[in-house]
Amino acid sequence: MAEQVQDDSKRDFLALSAYVTLGVGTVAGTLGILSSLTPSADVLALASIEVDVAALEPGQAVTVMWRGKPVFIRRRTAAQIDEARGVALGALKDPQTDADRTIEGKEEYLVVVGVCTHLGCVPKGQKDSDVRGDFNGWYCPCHGSHYDISGRIRKGPAPKNLEVPEYAFLSDTNIKIG
Amino acid sequence: MSQGNQYKGFAGWLEKRLPIISPADHFFNHYPTPRNLNYFWNFGAIAGLLMGLMILTGLVLAMQYNPSTLHAFDSVERIMRDVNYGWLLRYLHMNGASFFFIAVYIHIFRGIYYGSYKGQREVLWILGVVILLLMMAIAFMGYSLVWGNMSFWGVTVITNLFGAIPVVGDTLVTWLWGGFSVDNPTLNRFFVLHFLLPFVLLAVVGLHVLALHQVGSNNPLGIDMKGPQDSISFHPYFTMEKLFFIGAFFTIYFLVVFFAPNMMGEAINYEPANPLSTPEHIVPEWYFLPFYAILRSIPDKLGGVIAMGGAIVILALLPWLDRSPIRAARFRPIFQVMVFIFVIACIILGFVGAQVPADPFTIYGVEVFFGWSVLTVGQIFTAAYFGFFVLLPFVPLFERPRKMPRSIAEAIDGHA
Repeated sequence: MAEQVQDDSKRDFLALSAYVTLGVGTVAGTLGILSSLTPSADVLALASIEVDVAALEPGQAVTVMWRGKPVFIRRRTAAQIDEARGVALGALKDPQTDADRTIEGKEEYLVVVGVCTHLGCVPKGQKDSDVRGDFNGWYCPCHGSHYDISGRIRKGPAPKNLEVPEYAFLSDTNIKIG
Repeated sequence: MSQGNQYKGFAGWLEKRLPIISPADHFFNHYPTPRNLNYFWNFGAIAGLLMGLMILTGLVLAMQYNPSTLHAFDSVERIMRDVNYGWLLRYLHMNGASFFFIAVYIHIFRGIYYGSYKGQREVLWILGVVILLLMMAIAFMGYSLVWGNMSFWGVTVITNLFGAIPVVGDTLVTWLWGGFSVDNPTLNRFFVLHFLLPFVLLAVVGLHVLALHQVGSNNPLGIDMKGPQDSISFHPYFTMEKLFFIGAFFTIYFLVVFFAPNMMGEAINYEPANPLSTPEHIVPEWYFLPFYAILRSIPDKLGGVIAMGGAIVILALLPWLDRSPIRAARFRPIFQVMVFIFVIACIILGFVGAQVPADPFTIYGVEVFFGWSVLTVGQIFTAAYFGFFVLLPFVPLFERPRKMPRSIAEAIDGHA
């Protein structure tokens, strides 16, 4: 028998390869499992919607569903737009001008996600019969947040203005949300 | 009880408050393991690992699955097409069931061949049979959830078996279904049970391991360890050895998952369930085929059901049917031949279960057994299957055991 030479390097290499394979496999598997819980292709396919607002008269509002949440679209009167523009930024909790919250040339239409920024309730104010709060916009019945006609928080516990989703006018009266 | 313990640092601190360090330490470091274990002693660990993987993938799949007859099939297709890595999770789960059975069947063969049900191991063995029964129930209900056409008719056929029970049969079947056919209530309860029973299985596996550690592992010689010269520590020797073998087994498993995921499935189950149209040829998943063959071999509804159930339950009686004090088949010439015939019978019954009863029996298209019908071959090997258990008590009367070493150490080192 030939003289035996102790050489652990090959053995170490094998062990290291095995551990690396096990580690990479475990990490990849875990990432796959976590990834399976993120929005799937069919959910993402419904991530944007189109709304036709041709039937909306000034002063009227419509609510549509977008990504499982209500979106408020209100066609505002000239007086309401003036009222929204007239507010001093200093009086706002989350300062934003009305122009920041609308599309230029389409200031008539206010598009906001109808979810109170406090704890996620749907504010009242889409219907004429609804309570619209102290600032004639929306009022959240859960904890009493008052929003103005630009969807900005004016009074109550909510920290932020109603969110303006990403949207664009595809034509004069056709809005694509998302 | 608030005395110090031998563990230092955090382990000692925790052990004083929650005694979990010492069992783990005992499990890995102070479990004397026979030094002559061969690769057959890996399949229990593999089965346990696969059970963990099945529970993990099952949990995430259940988060995407919709147990309603209207949406079940579509939600499975959604998992396959739309959910991120959903195809991987489902293929791991459905092939995981097959490989779980492969591991467990080899584990059972190991137990029979080396007489692992002897020597105070009756409870350990019976718990094993309970595990097998639970696995079968879980696998069957899991298969139904896919709500393909084979799922639907598989459930219909198997639940109808209970109708064979005299007097209460029909009432029992209606109760199982929660209606007058396999329908939404059936699917809902199967989903709940398919979710619940794996955790029951986990508990029984815990008892199985507990019983094993009470009695200790059997070994290929079937001779009890007589002292430290016969054993080595489980860790690191057998943990390393098992890691290697688990790696090899899982390589095959992943080859199937990634390259032939539908190899063991039926194409017809990718058609939605249709209560108006039975598939031309109903076959269960491969791991049920031998038992399905036994069911069809008995030309009587109740008799077939009893034979099929009996084929599994009779395993639990092995510790009492086998009266020889010698465990390992290598020292028992007659028993050794009987075990091989038994295994061949199981395999042939597997082929029988997949074929139409009136056709000539074939294996991969080749006619064997002189063109006898599938039914005839099934009956012969059903007789062989039960013959094993019937003859077992009488074997010691004729058998002349081979010469055995006095101890494990003697067998390895040549001296005790």
